[in-house]
Amino acid sequence: MADQHLDRSKSSVIEDMDDRKFTINFGPQHPAAHGVLRLVLDLDGEIVDRVDPHIGLLHRGTEKLIEYKTFLQALPYFDRLDYVAPMNQEHAYCLAIEKLAGIEVPVRAKYIRVIFSEIGRILSHMLNVTTQAMDVGALTPPLWGFEEREKLMVFYERASGSRMHAAYFRPGGVHQDLPPELVEDIHKFCDPFLKTMDDLETLVTENRIFKQRNVDIGVVSVQDALDWGFSGVMVRGSGLAWDLRRAEPYEVYSELDFKIPIGKNGDCWDRYLCRIEEMRESIKIIRQCIDKMPVGPVLPEHSKYAPPRRAEMKSSMEALIHHFKLYTEGFHVPAGEAYACVEAPKGEFGVYLVSDGSNRPYRLKIKAPGYAHLHAMDYLCRGHMLADVSAVLGSLDIVFGEVDR
Amino acid sequence: MSVIPSKDTMLTELKTHLGATLKAITSVSVAHGELTITVERDSIVKTLEFLKEDSQCRFETLVDLCGADYPDAAERFEIVYHMLSMRLNQRIRVKLRTDEIAPVPSVVSVFPVANWYEREAFDMYGVVFSDHPDMRRILTDYGFEGYPLRKDFPLTGRVQVRYDEAQKRVVNEPVKLVQEYRNFDFLSPWEGMQAVIPGDEKAGQKS
Repeated sequence: MADQHLDRSKSSVIEDMDDRKFTINFGPQHPAAHGVLRLVLDLDGEIVDRVDPHIGLLHRGTEKLIEYKTFLQALPYFDRLDYVAPMNQEHAYCLAIEKLAGIEVPVRAKYIRVIFSEIGRILSHMLNVTTQAMDVGALTPPLWGFEEREKLMVFYERASGSRMHAAYFRPGGVHQDLPPELVEDIHKFCDPFLKTMDDLETLVTENRIFKQRNVDIGVVSVQDALDWGFSGVMVRGSGLAWDLRRAEPYEVYSELDFKIPIGKNGDCWDRYLCRIEEMRESIKIIRQCIDKMPVGPVLPEHSKYAPPRRAEMKSSMEALIHHFKLYTEGFHVPAGEAYACVEAPKGEFGVYLVSDGSNRPYRLKIKAPGYAHLHAMDYLCRGHMLADVSAVLGSLDIVFGEVDR
Repeated sequence: MSVIPSKDTMLTELKTHLGATLKAITSVSVAHGELTITVERDSIVKTLEFLKEDSQCRFETLVDLCGADYPDAAERFEIVYHMLSMRLNQRIRVKLRTDEIAPVPSVVSVFPVANWYEREAFDMYGVVFSDHPDMRRILTDYGFEGYPLRKDFPLTGRVQVRYDEAQKRVVNEPVKLVQEYRNFDFLSPWEGMQAVIPGDEKAGQKS
């Protein structure tokens, strides 16, 4: 990389004599752009001189829409942010409300949330590592990986009724309890999945082409990671052991035994390895959760924030009124502000919630990890070859639902 | 064996430390386990530099930067900075106030990541950041007018987009709604209603 930078200083001299700069549009319809991204690339021969990402093509005004919805109605918008790991986003939102309103979450609900957060992590990482392999030329990994994703999405469906846009987490817990057969099936999924992971790794990890395309590409130093506001795998790949599940344990993560894989060189390949290891750790977490999960309620009982049980509504007038008020007016969150974040697959996903004491959020800012990562594209790609742009972009793990919001 | 201080004691220590060393602070508060400081607008760059360098702070990551709109306040916009110290595992929220005209000093020189966040705040609220290297809109469409996250901007927007077959191009035209946007007031008349019900004027008076 060092001599590529040298080349660049030389090229600026040449440029004065003979303007050979070339500007091309990458996207918005490009399979390696991972969505609707338009990159304006200034090229000097095959060397990237400047990257100007044009984002916002998927901007839906989520934050504005949420200000006009009740707290409960706003929840499904979070599925549509990072749509490859929907429940992790809902989780941050629920945590923010719980923080402001001081809601206690039942223990069983905490375990269920952790199980589905980890399933979400596998969903996201599986998509990322396999499509990254596809970006650099492989075809089989996505076919194998997506089969596993499909199985996981069936778990989503069996818990929430929907493969992707689950709306399953609720302030105070989760919407419905898991049927015992589902818990059993998730447990049965773990061992064969680890086998598939091994198979996948034989296909990709040490593959000559894959390494040539990823090793020493898009190197992020620890200082870069701090300056550019990175989080998640983007900092861990550079060797900084930072994981919110450890640093600010939420739910039951402090009781679980898992490791935080970190990289050494901060290049695309290290980040790939981190993601692979994190998937294995996720399986470990899911197993522990299934073993430890107690029986009990999944929503707080006799709370103004959770609907009454159906049976109660048949006999109690108050329960019926409460149910009606909860789903029309919605609950009120005490005035104040809170920032809650979770370790989403892509990094720190945060929700800054300002409430004025009414039934709607006054202001809700979504802090999406991908936004900061994509911002660094220009910095990371300068001096690289054109072909490396898609490798770097792949390893940043960008999903446009959350970048554009 | 050293005792790890609890989160609360860490926060109080940091609070007193900041109160003693930072002059630009106008208020400090701790709520829900989060430390919030409010600073004067023009001192923001110095404040963030201090928070980044100081040995008790080490807030080296700018997690988030966003705006918020309070139309009734004298200076209606609030800019909120969320910072994180990965070394010391602590967070802080820095806030400042501004209006439609007064520019906020850009912190891009301290945190490069602020570039896009400030562009977003400009795009959504129309808050101007001085000394920003690249003050363009970021999320909205090319040629968009208005600032969508302001409270006085309608939810439906002002223009709608359509491909015109005759002109062979995309055209913007004023929003036409078949049905008026419905905004229900669910606030319970038993608890939250402020308006006086006709014929019920004497209800609140004591005889």
